[in-house]
Amino acid sequence: MEAILAQLLNGLDKGGAYALIALGLTLVFGTLGVVNFAHGALFMLGAFCAVTFRMLITYETVVQDPTQVTAWGTPVEIRTPLAQSWFGDWGAVLIDYSVPLSILLAIPVMLLVGVAMERGIIKHFYKRPHAEQILVTFGLAIVLQEIVKSIFGPNPISQPMPMALRGAFDVGVWIGIAPDMLTYPLWRLLYFVFSIGIIGAVFAFLRFTTFGMVVRAGMADRETVGLLGINIDRRFTIMFGIAAVVAGLAGVMYTPLLPPNYHQGMDFLVLSFVVVVVGGMGSLPGAVAAGFLLGILQSFASMTEVKSIFPGIDQIIIYLIAVVILLVRPRGLMGRAGVMES
Amino acid sequence: MAEATRNIVLHVSDVHKRFGGLHALSDIDLEVEEGKTHAIIGPNGAGKSTLLNVIVGRLAPTSGAVVFDGQVLTGRKPHQINQLGVARVFQTPEIFPDLTVLQNVMAPAFAKRDGAFRINIVRALDRETEIREEAEAILDDVGLIDRRDSHAGALSRGDKRRMELAMCLIQHPRLLLLDEPTAGMSRHDTNTTIDLLKKIKARGMTKVIIEHDMHVVFSLADKISVLSGGRIIAEGLPDDVRNSPKVQEAYLGGAHRLEAH
Amino acid sequence: MSLFAIPRRDLIVLALFSLVVLAMPIWLQPLGAAYPALMQKFVISAVFAIGFNILFGLTGYLSFGHAAFLGVGSYTAVWSFKLLTMDALPAMVFAVIVSGLFALIIGYLCLRRSGIYFSILTLAFAQMCYNLAYSVLTPITNGETSLQLTLSDPRVIDSALAPRGAGLPSAGLFGHAFSGLEGFYFCAVVLIIAFFVAQKIFSSPFGMMLRAIKSNQTRMNYTGFNTRPYALTAFVISGMYAGLAGALFAITDPLAGTERMQWTASGEVVLMTILGGVGTLVGPVIGAWLIEYFENIFSAFNEQILHRVFSWVPEGAQDFVVTIVSKFVGEGWQLTLGLLFMLVVIFMPGGVMEGVRRIVSLFNRPQRRDPGAMRVQPAE
Repeated sequence: MEAILAQLLNGLDKGGAYALIALGLTLVFGTLGVVNFAHGALFMLGAFCAVTFRMLITYETVVQDPTQVTAWGTPVEIRTPLAQSWFGDWGAVLIDYSVPLSILLAIPVMLLVGVAMERGIIKHFYKRPHAEQILVTFGLAIVLQEIVKSIFGPNPISQPMPMALRGAFDVGVWIGIAPDMLTYPLWRLLYFVFSIGIIGAVFAFLRFTTFGMVVRAGMADRETVGLLGINIDRRFTIMFGIAAVVAGLAGVMYTPLLPPNYHQGMDFLVLSFVVVVVGGMGSLPGAVAAGFLLGILQSFASMTEVKSIFPGIDQIIIYLIAVVILLVRPRGLMGRAGVMES
Repeated sequence: MAEATRNIVLHVSDVHKRFGGLHALSDIDLEVEEGKTHAIIGPNGAGKSTLLNVIVGRLAPTSGAVVFDGQVLTGRKPHQINQLGVARVFQTPEIFPDLTVLQNVMAPAFAKRDGAFRINIVRALDRETEIREEAEAILDDVGLIDRRDSHAGALSRGDKRRMELAMCLIQHPRLLLLDEPTAGMSRHDTNTTIDLLKKIKARGMTKVIIEHDMHVVFSLADKISVLSGGRIIAEGLPDDVRNSPKVQEAYLGGAHRLEAH
Repeated sequence: MSLFAIPRRDLIVLALFSLVVLAMPIWLQPLGAAYPALMQKFVISAVFAIGFNILFGLTGYLSFGHAAFLGVGSYTAVWSFKLLTMDALPAMVFAVIVSGLFALIIGYLCLRRSGIYFSILTLAFAQMCYNLAYSVLTPITNGETSLQLTLSDPRVIDSALAPRGAGLPSAGLFGHAFSGLEGFYFCAVVLIIAFFVAQKIFSSPFGMMLRAIKSNQTRMNYTGFNTRPYALTAFVISGMYAGLAGALFAITDPLAGTERMQWTASGEVVLMTILGGVGTLVGPVIGAWLIEYFENIFSAFNEQILHRVFSWVPEGAQDFVVTIVSKFVGEGWQLTLGLLFMLVVIFMPGGVMEGVRRIVSLFNRPQRRDPGAMRVQPAE
């Protein structure tokens, strides 16, 4: 029982990441009618926003102190991280919380990247065949990941989580079983809560704001909305930016769980596509539900008990589910028929 | 009417089609005689296209059946229905825009000769002399032989229509379904199309025409069914239908008279 | 015999093509690319691209998972070397059969959907194969370390025919091991045969049906064709071509690694095809050669060479220029590849062949456009 609960919990954070990426993918499908193969790269860029932010605030100024001399006779070098020289003791706290704080950097950066991408490239492909949309965004994904590689190098750069959040949350006590039976790392819990929060915010935004209503109407019937004299294109540009921010934030918060590397975008993208297919192309709730579902199933599949029966199942479970879904219910869990087919 | 050798090829019996709460078709009975041209007319939204889609298996009827030559069509896939000998001309021409005009007309001949699927790579396309010659003959008939090597996508709308007709004719279908064959055409194109259809009629092919251009219908049809609100409100010879006050009333609301030009 | 009969125009193209391929060691000399390893790569990538084009160029189904079949072909060939014989023919035959079976299964599933769904599914399946090759299937694939020949391999047929040599053997034909340019010429002959088969497909009624699928599936259905087996056949044929290319890679270098199955390899063949010209016979070959050539040239650059190249730039600016340019060459070649990908799709979706056609039609105004559809288009 505890083992099953533990796996369920383990799947939540990864599921959250899938759900967030799939959500952005679906938003872009639905609004712009474009399949964005560079969406995974946005997740990766978000993660590297966190890396950049940490590099900035830990950038060290070196001062030589002539009053003190090392054993070799050279003056002692005093290294002060930028954050500390600016904010004094608060600097240490800033550095400790660099990952969550880099959200502040990631939001404007990702919004800018998203809008630039849409205005610069994607816009010109609305009227072109889907195959060309796929190809150009695929090329873009390669370019983005190679740029990151040439700046940050090929190796993963691990990002420490804040000291205070390194512990584990004792779920066992909380639900009334013995202590220490069922614990869940705090950061993973945070990630889950965070992803729920973002998803909730996106849905609320679409549901309750005029902007969101126009976008939803546009998803259902673009031409009619255009006829009403509403500038749907500009809103869709902003929607693309929002999708980029969602993917980027998912990437930022994921860094302590997976040290960011330049090719993680593609790894997550492929899985997120499967999530979208399982959830149903064009369905936002489908994307979210399938994201969590697949995250959890993947975590069950990686239990040793399961792996001893079906070796390698953890590697392919997601794809297997996609195959089954396609055979049994081709339009996905919550999809409409015929979306993005022709 | 009641000839001794009446041979019904297409039998639509008791077909109903509902979309949600909307009754698109109610209680449709239709008998199409071999070698005859049967027109289905009616105002927009009367259910003409729905009926056609039910006949070719694109839509499944809510109840009822479509029988062609003793075979139930309902539940079969479009390619199976075609293989039984039913060809269709669409309202907006469905052609192969990336192929040449000649290839467009040759392709259906292969479906007729080789069936729904056959891997045929041994003989090159231009060695298929029989099929090519037949395609050229038919292109000559429809007046497109000069455009033989053009890109089909580059044809005018009227030419696309005629080519689509040629694509159906090369299959020598037992039943040809035409969905508004002259919609959106100029007067001149309409007249050439009518002449063409008359020429086919001489070959004794069974046809069902969906149309709202009366001019076309009255010069071609042997029998007319009038569809309104998803029901057949009148049926008979062209003259009977034209003079039926019920049709005048229900179909035209007296706004203008049915007349053959 | 009609099996070998092809239209006169195709015959001329085939003859010219054969000449160009076989004369590679001569005309690549001045380009500095006439060494066997690179020429083999040229020829093998061309086989891969020709096969990919049979699916994408004719039917319009854009697969992002063809690297999987390439990998399967390589593994099969190496296993044929290890277990049976170093002879190239059985390795190729097995590779084609096994990759064809893989393509049959994957194609059957993926072709249940079309358009974007299809692309995503093929990508997912290829990733699944890659993941499996990396993990559970290590007994077969040898995982990260790649599958290689060892001295203890049984090679039952070879051992029965002749005593074993001391070192690791290399692949060959009828007991004669390839050396020097022989490996290249063997691959070149295979490429010419592969090209001939593709020509037959292109000019046959079957090829026309595949083009018709790309053009209008609705009409195909109402014309009495069952489109799915047609698309599946094209998928399997192109999977077999990929398997053949994988086998050739193994023949020239008896090694099979997982990286051959990665999505980047799938992306590369897509790029080769569109760069050359989707749906044309020669286009994918040109695309493959261009990519392989540039990859070879660009990835060989390092900072020293760059400094020499930019020696004419003033001292201060030189370092800056070299730093910028070095990001695009050597290790950074992939970045250039990605940019190339985007530029081709944005400005030249018809590829090199479309460019050639435009130039030709400038000199030759009244000529009609060729019927082959040039633009990249998904199946409906």
